[in-house]
Amino acid sequence: MLRLETRPAPSRTFVLASPLIALAVTVLVGVALFVLLGKDPLMGLRMFFWEPIKSGYAWSEIGVKATPLMLIALGLALCFRANVWNIGAEGQYILGAVFAGGIAMHATPDSPRAIVVAILLAGIVGGMLWAAVTALLRDRFNANEILVSLMLVYVAEMVLSYLVYGPWKDPAGYNFPQTVTFAKPTQVPKLFDGLRVNLGLVIALLAVVGMSVFLFRLFRGFQALVGGQAGAAARYAGFSSRTALWTALLASGGLAGLAGALEAAGPLGQLTPYVPVGYGFAAIIVAFVGRLNPLGIVFSAVLMSMFYIGGELAQSRMQLPKSITGVFQGLLLFSLLASDTLIHYRLRWKRAAPAAKATGATA
Amino acid sequence: MNEIALLIAATLNAGTVLAIAALGLLLNERAGVVNLGAEGMMLVAAVVGYAAAVHTGSDIVAFGAGALAGALLASVFGLLVIWLNTNQYATGLALSLFGVGFSAFIGQPYTRERLSERAQFDIPVLSDIPFFGPALFKQHPMVWVAIALTVLLTWWLQRSRSGLVLRAIGESPESAHALGYPVRLIRLAAVVAGGALCGVAGAYLSTVYTPLWVEGMVAGRGWIALALTTFATWRPVRVLLGAYLFGGVTMLQFHLQGQGVEVPSQFLVMLPYLATIVVLVLISSNAAWIRANMPASLGKPFAPGG
Repeated sequence: MLRLETRPAPSRTFVLASPLIALAVTVLVGVALFVLLGKDPLMGLRMFFWEPIKSGYAWSEIGVKATPLMLIALGLALCFRANVWNIGAEGQYILGAVFAGGIAMHATPDSPRAIVVAILLAGIVGGMLWAAVTALLRDRFNANEILVSLMLVYVAEMVLSYLVYGPWKDPAGYNFPQTVTFAKPTQVPKLFDGLRVNLGLVIALLAVVGMSVFLFRLFRGFQALVGGQAGAAARYAGFSSRTALWTALLASGGLAGLAGALEAAGPLGQLTPYVPVGYGFAAIIVAFVGRLNPLGIVFSAVLMSMFYIGGELAQSRMQLPKSITGVFQGLLLFSLLASDTLIHYRLRWKRAAPAAKATGATA
Repeated sequence: MNEIALLIAATLNAGTVLAIAALGLLLNERAGVVNLGAEGMMLVAAVVGYAAAVHTGSDIVAFGAGALAGALLASVFGLLVIWLNTNQYATGLALSLFGVGFSAFIGQPYTRERLSERAQFDIPVLSDIPFFGPALFKQHPMVWVAIALTVLLTWWLQRSRSGLVLRAIGESPESAHALGYPVRLIRLAAVVAGGALCGVAGAYLSTVYTPLWVEGMVAGRGWIALALTTFATWRPVRVLLGAYLFGGVTMLQFHLQGQGVEVPSQFLVMLPYLATIVVLVLISSNAAWIRANMPASLGKPFAPGG
């Protein structure tokens, strides 16, 4: 009979092995799903795990998707470590794009190149402001941050929709809900000729370094850690969970806003109702699969980008719905949470004593 | 006059979706488990229920299929949080994220399907009363089921022995365990029942309320239902009233749009979400009151014997 036994100390091996187990489980389920749908599973695996990484061009596309995922997930990792359940990063991302777009749409072909800096800063401010609403309502009125931040995603979508259908609509855009195409100087510089990946990737990687230093080297990192995870201990040591709340939400809002700005002034080049594509939600999975660790997040963001690109390829080449990406992302988080059990417990085969049989394997 | 009657009817209809889901969530929260997967369960149940209705033409089968889908997903969630002690927030979130993708995936063939003529459920004689007839007595039976469920749940939680056990488990699983109650099994039962009700709500949404399957059509109702249990301080009657209030806000938005009010439609669509935030703030600012009413073990894992 299979029983769970508490480990004396959390297993460091399984902290690292668990994401790999989760990936293996997801792949197995994926293969089963392909077979079930009458598709060639090897072809399916190739779409997700080989095509997205087989060339420089492919890696550039990974970089394009991994940039927002990394930025947002870094902020969420800080939040989740501080036990602040910000699940509205998607809304903060949208506001970042809106603020950035608000500046970018006024640029002309003669604008100075430095306008990019202003655009990105505006994005950060937009994301921070949106997250600050959640922080304020939590801090001042004790309102649950999960629900508030999530409700604000729907509100943000409507703000964006109002702007692109209304005052910000391109007058020469044949009545399509979109802003003007931003002028050339607003574009985030590309890293290589002919590839879409841009300076945003470098910024995201710098943010990884910055967050590592913040979390593991600086005093404040410790504060965020204890503020959420052990409120009493933190208060005893003179730290406040209020500071942790505000720091976590403002930082993650700013990072999500930056991601939105980079997207608006990068691959998109204008605002449309289709700015939000779910990066804010996928980044939750990226953060958990990356073990709330900045370096881990780099790997999980690449993996998640492969899922995105694989889903697009599966749609065009295997006639599968693109939403298969969402299925795999959800499965990955599910299996991760399940296999994380092995960090704190070990599985033991035990022969049940005859009398204990009735109670079952419910240790 | 007639317009107001129709608005009342639509409010009850919209409130019913929220009420059934929120009553289900109330049930598992009273047992100490919070399931953030409501949105995902409702989405999957909405598409499964819709598919069932397309193939069989029967609402009852659709509700059953939705309930089954919700119960299945909830049982996966339940096994993870109750036996493997995974974090309830993270696991519920995983369920919601999975539900968004999975419902879009299996629902793709059904975006083009339409349901046949919807049945009318006029109550004889009563539905002919002016004003009250169209306002109250031409509803889908599920509206009455939601009211009956509220009464039943109130009675069961307050007056029955098994309801008392459920509440005891929500307040103090340790004591309930010491008394010999199978805490984990009862929690699982509550979670599965909650998922089934979310499933019925999802199926009702796609087969009766809209009736249509569109990707992401639950549009935050699962989250609003979660908020409702807090607003209602975990009392069924308040859940029902709160659900009607939110149904009313949703309908007011359509009504105003229909009246050609000079407000961009986006601001009207925002209303239910903003209302959720406002009510949440109003209720939560009295932290002591929330704490006094909240099931004491809500969100906390329970492992008998460590």
